[in-house]
Amino acid sequence: MSAGAGNNSSISSQPVAFPSETRPRLKAEQVSYAYAATDRSAPKFTLGPATFEAQHREIVAILGPNASGKSTLLRLLAGLIQPLSGRVEVDGVEASELDLRTRAQRIALVQQESELLFPLRVWEYVLQGRYPHGRRLRFESNEDCLLAGNALAQVGADALRDRWMDRLSGGEKQRVILARALAQQPSLLLLDEPTQHLDIGGKVELLRRLRRLSNENRYTVVVVTHELNLAAEFSDRIVLLHKGKCLRVGAPAEVYEREVLEEVFEAPLDVEMRPSGRPRVIVRSGQ
Amino acid sequence: MRPLTPRRVAGICGLLFAMLFVAVVVSLRMGTYPISVSEIVMTLFRGVAGRRDEIPSEFWLVVFGLRLPRIAVGALVGASLSVAGAGFQALLRNPLADPYVLGVSSGAALGAILSLTFAAHVAGVIQLAAFIGAAATIASVYFLGRRGGQLDSATLLLAGIVAASFLSAMIMFLMTTLSGHELRGMAFWLMGDLSTPPPTPNVLEWLLFLFAVFGVAAGMIYATSSDLNLILTGEEEARHLGVNVRRVKLVVYISASVLTGLAVSVSGSIGYVGLLVPHVMRMIFGADYRLLIPTSAIGGAIAIVVADTLARTLVAPTELPVGAMTALAGAPVFIYLMRRRVR
Repeated sequence: MSAGAGNNSSISSQPVAFPSETRPRLKAEQVSYAYAATDRSAPKFTLGPATFEAQHREIVAILGPNASGKSTLLRLLAGLIQPLSGRVEVDGVEASELDLRTRAQRIALVQQESELLFPLRVWEYVLQGRYPHGRRLRFESNEDCLLAGNALAQVGADALRDRWMDRLSGGEKQRVILARALAQQPSLLLLDEPTQHLDIGGKVELLRRLRRLSNENRYTVVVVTHELNLAAEFSDRIVLLHKGKCLRVGAPAEVYEREVLEEVFEAPLDVEMRPSGRPRVIVRSGQ
Repeated sequence: MRPLTPRRVAGICGLLFAMLFVAVVVSLRMGTYPISVSEIVMTLFRGVAGRRDEIPSEFWLVVFGLRLPRIAVGALVGASLSVAGAGFQALLRNPLADPYVLGVSSGAALGAILSLTFAAHVAGVIQLAAFIGAAATIASVYFLGRRGGQLDSATLLLAGIVAASFLSAMIMFLMTTLSGHELRGMAFWLMGDLSTPPPTPNVLEWLLFLFAVFGVAAGMIYATSSDLNLILTGEEEARHLGVNVRRVKLVVYISASVLTGLAVSVSGSIGYVGLLVPHVMRMIFGADYRLLIPTSAIGGAIAIVVADTLARTLVAPTELPVGAMTALAGAPVFIYLMRRRVR
């Protein structure tokens, strides 16, 4: 093996600090939000204040029961809605103040996909991720095709490129949607329940892939999920929400306490610490 | 991976233009005064080259005086309706949307019928009244169809349907007051008809004006075609990818409405073209709006030129309304498409 190849592998497996990495990539400072049906009525739902940071290459999992404000927090991080108070910074710039295209160049948000009106090939779909990098009326360049092809390769979906989007299985579709987000070349990747329609094999595969992508490409990944154990296994930081309040922030081992989880999820749960230092949640039965 | 290139768009459009040219020549050939294809082509080229004195005067009259203006208006109407239809299908995220779905044609018809009732003998007033009726409908449906400060597809569709049925009721009511002759004119107008002579003796200026309006409105829609491609995969996702969805919807709504108002005010409501042509083009060339908008424009022009030629010649000397022609041919195609979609 040549010295050059050895160097490469050490870069991808061991995080090396880049100069820009001294500053946190994502910073949420006392962020809060209130949602009301009309301008004058009392807020139906409030969120926050939430404070946390995420570094380069980190995976953050946002956990909480239904209607605890997970998706709202994600939309705040994406800059799609403006916080009532506090600020969200991505690479030192307030997210909601970026113009639409610049924001799409830096932040990719993956939500449950909508139904397609007219059929589309996989490669056409992934090329859409290049949209924020060009003029408004644009034809894709060779570079766009190359980047879209790379994105498909990164999610292991090379073989799917000529298939129709509506003929894909749930797992395949999830990978293609992720590829479109990667084609945006964002620094921050936000995913809203990406594991929802996947079987257990697909879930593990997706999270492994995210882990690898964030290590290799310095992405910061924020995932909203219901999967307590997978979040404990794959994430560096947990943000636990409960009824719109940011209850705990920290490493999985710090956040996963039996009393806290039982109160939040209203279920009899046990927490075990595994030799790896990562906790595991078990449902206590027979009670 | 073979992305769309400007070259491919130009190539396909060139091919369709050639087909349009053939359709125009065939249409020029048809009629009571006999004129051969070679005479038509010669007259066309000399006319375009500005060598009018070399053209026999009867050929000039038949080609440039009588048949070509009607064909040009037909092509313009077909192109406008098809581009508007493609625009509305994306804006409303509904493959069954057509240019008339938001009531623009009913507004135009009401304007026309009011002008027939009150000022029947003023030249050009019917077209003007129709355009005012269309514009008023566009504005009211816009204000009814907003939700949370922006156009909402479902609300807009409902507002349009309600406006259309309300206006139709008023048309029915007013039609009972018309005399027999006016009633016949109105019926032709409601079905769509290209036999009305141009409202002004300056035919060339009038045509140039119509084509200029078409060019601006269709160009506005074409400029948003990359955005429309993304909006078709989901408004929310398009926003995440950096599309200014609110602005795109506004531009498409206004431009598509202007195109519809333009078409309806010169020819009445010609049905099915605006619905079908975009679908046929989508089946042949794919759903990419950067290709779909120009191919729909040329395809729509071809469709109306052919339909009007048939309407003029099938049972000559009697003339069928072109709207009846397009509906006769369009309804079966529409049913076929609908069945395909269900399957």
